Amino acid sequence: MKLKTALLGAAATLAFAPAAFAERGSDGDVKILYSQAVSTMNAYLSSGTKDVEVGSLVLEPLAGFNEKGEVIPRLVTEIPSLENGGISEDLKSITWKLTPGLKWSDGTPVTADDAVFTAQYCMDPAGGCAQLARYEGIEKVEALDELTVKISYTEPKPNPFTAFVGATSPILQKAQFANCLGAAASTCTDANFKPIGTGPFRVIEFRTNDTVQLEANPNYRDPAKPAFATALVKGGGDATSAARAVMETGEFDYAWNTQISPEVQEQMLAGGKGKFVSGFGTLVERIEMNMTDPSPDLPEGERATAKHPHPILSDIRVRTALSKAIDREVLVEIGYGAAGRATCNLVPAPEIFASDNTGCLTQDVEGAKALLDEAGWTDSDGDGIRDKDGKKLSLLYQTSVNAIRQDFQAIIKQWWNDIGVEVELKSVDGSVFFGGDAGSPDTFQKFYADVEMYANNFDGTDPEPYLAQYTCDKAPTPESQWQGENVNRFCDPEYDKLLAELVRTRGLEERAVIAKKLNDMLTKDSMVVVPLVDRGRLSAHSNTLGGVVLNTWDSELWNASDWYRIK
Amino acid sequence: MTDTSSTPVKIRPPRSQWWDVWDQFKTHKGALVGLSIFVLILLAIIVGPFLWDMAPTFVDLRARNKSFSMAHPLGTDQLGRDVLARMMAGGKVSISVGLTAMMLSIMLGTTIGVLAGYFRRLEGPLMRLTDLFLALPLLPLLLLMVTLFREPLSKSFGPEGGIFLLIVCAIGATSWMQTARIVRGEVLGLKEREFVLAARSIGTPARRMILRHVLPNVLSPIMVSATLGIASAIITESALSFLGLGFPPDFPTWGRLLFDAVDQMQLYPWRVILPGVAISLTVLSVNYIGDGLRDALDPRIRGR
Repeated sequence: MKLKTALLGAAATLAFAPAAFAERGSDGDVKILYSQAVSTMNAYLSSGTKDVEVGSLVLEPLAGFNEKGEVIPRLVTEIPSLENGGISEDLKSITWKLTPGLKWSDGTPVTADDAVFTAQYCMDPAGGCAQLARYEGIEKVEALDELTVKISYTEPKPNPFTAFVGATSPILQKAQFANCLGAAASTCTDANFKPIGTGPFRVIEFRTNDTVQLEANPNYRDPAKPAFATALVKGGGDATSAARAVMETGEFDYAWNTQISPEVQEQMLAGGKGKFVSGFGTLVERIEMNMTDPSPDLPEGERATAKHPHPILSDIRVRTALSKAIDREVLVEIGYGAAGRATCNLVPAPEIFASDNTGCLTQDVEGAKALLDEAGWTDSDGDGIRDKDGKKLSLLYQTSVNAIRQDFQAIIKQWWNDIGVEVELKSVDGSVFFGGDAGSPDTFQKFYADVEMYANNFDGTDPEPYLAQYTCDKAPTPESQWQGENVNRFCDPEYDKLLAELVRTRGLEERAVIAKKLNDMLTKDSMVVVPLVDRGRLSAHSNTLGGVVLNTWDSELWNASDWYRIK
Repeated sequence: MTDTSSTPVKIRPPRSQWWDVWDQFKTHKGALVGLSIFVLILLAIIVGPFLWDMAPTFVDLRARNKSFSMAHPLGTDQLGRDVLARMMAGGKVSISVGLTAMMLSIMLGTTIGVLAGYFRRLEGPLMRLTDLFLALPLLPLLLLMVTLFREPLSKSFGPEGGIFLLIVCAIGATSWMQTARIVRGEVLGLKEREFVLAARSIGTPARRMILRHVLPNVLSPIMVSATLGIASAIITESALSFLGLGFPPDFPTWGRLLFDAVDQMQLYPWRVILPGVAISLTVLSVNYIGDGLRDALDPRIRGR
């Protein structure tokens, strides 16, 4: 083990040798294009991703997330845990230890007081902090000494990596923002546009909603980084023109969020000036199966409730057959290209929570037909549609209006027709479908159809609240005004029991084991949720820009200090 | 004296007035061209599917985004569906929606217009009803109709039949107001003309009066508004498909073909141009036919 680690380390050193030995500022200028322009560098005053991400070049949190969703130290010596005593046994406090000798870009030392001040800044009731959610449940933040910060919570906090973790809660310099508390926050234009930070760059010139000119931070903690002496962040345009500026004309080195259709992606790749990078988060396009009978013959109030199980889809063999008939790779190719990947998991990421469930990835038409035969659905009258006891195997398949979803509907309909299932398609305007209006029959919660397709994800890196959506009591019913996340009306006491166990469990490894089991119960074991495509984030970078690793858990520019010019 | 009786009197064979109309119609070049194009389009969408029997919804993933070829004369779309087959299937739906909705709206509009113009007592309530309908916001109304009636209708007439009926009724019921106003105005003017007075003086009943004397004389404005109605019905259907309120997504119509192709307009411009041209050609040719018919139906122009 030791030897292997050592060898890996040596290999990594060799592989990254050109970058590691580069001097600070040796690689000139890097140009970054954001299709939405930046309006402030202070993440606490804007919920816009673009502001948070560009701000992360200058302002840093105590710890961040890497591309796998793991917490990594930035300004601290180590990540607090139960084992090292950083997190208290009762889960009510967390203690961070700052790295000694850290300096702000103006040369003054970084202290625990800065962190305490930052919490005070965001939690000021008059301030209207955009990232207040990250400071939720905090009782007090105190500096135990020059380099130690302790956060105490009012309730036990199983996931304390919210405050001071990630690009949305960076540390501000107390000296600079001391007069910007509360209502004065937005009046400190100079501080918000040119904050003093600990990140790899510092602002030289800020033009609101246009460009940000930056230069390497002379006091950055790693003397060899960043490799670029200056950086320019330009805003404006749209996803397609941003991608074009990197891929075809080569005016920029990096373009943020370039979601374009696979055909256009291919056309641009032919330009040969750059490549697309994709990072995968938790957004999964899926088909949900209705476990209750949505037949309009049933009286309102009983329709689509647990009182009447679905006449066709209650049989797991039918659900499995429907999943087997789908070729997910083809769907990815048609709908998303590099911005998607086939998945069988409801929780596809972070890596530690992702189950190894890949059984659905190969299409198995014959297997699907055999399953339907076994379930008693046969084509007795020779019209190409299976039937059983005089009832046809016919499904209503709904989704929201969206070009890619309509393409998916057409393809999946054909696959299902091939195994003898009749499919009726329906598309509903997105604002109605996702509107949640209890009076409309077309919402995804009411689910007056047999199967429906949409995408959903969860915030942060912990899937517990997400998996908790599928317990029996979360089913939308007429009594709950059709509110609730368990749209399938899936109900399994075993699942509820296991989820309760997840809530009680603390260790990350153990939590991951249970979360994977829960994910499997919903997907491969019951086929109630049929995941199709894991939809990622797509950005473009020039062939001459090295070190880019796309991260969906933190700022996309999270490792800009490691970027270098390929010569 | 006698020679007058000896010369044979040229008696033209009796002919219906529709022959005169046709003769006059023939002199209008635009109308003739329009008529032939419209007949061609109708033939293409009615007979075409028998000659080109590829299913418009068949997805062939190996033949995606193909350009014009022998296997696919108009190429294929992003899912490998044959564009020619889709154009024909789409045309059938779009034109039948256009024609049916137009007929419905003309019938409603003419009835209400004639009644309001002819019977003084009905004028107030009927014209206020027209104003009411004009003031109704169209899209929310359509949304409501689709929400309320989609399910029961698709249950009793099948998903396609039900939605067809719904869309035709929705368009028809919300586009008759202009016709009604125009017809009422014409009828008001006609009512005071001498021949109407003469007919009334010999005791012609109202029913016959309307059918025999009033309607034929308001035919030309009705014709014009009918041709305009077809065009706007086709366009309204496209707009509804665009909002996802129209036909199911696997049911091609010209409007939906256009909508589906917009995303890839730069890469595959033909897919936008084809349905666009089809819609424009239909609308234009129908307008020209209407123009010719109006001239042909007007006895004052006829023969000049």
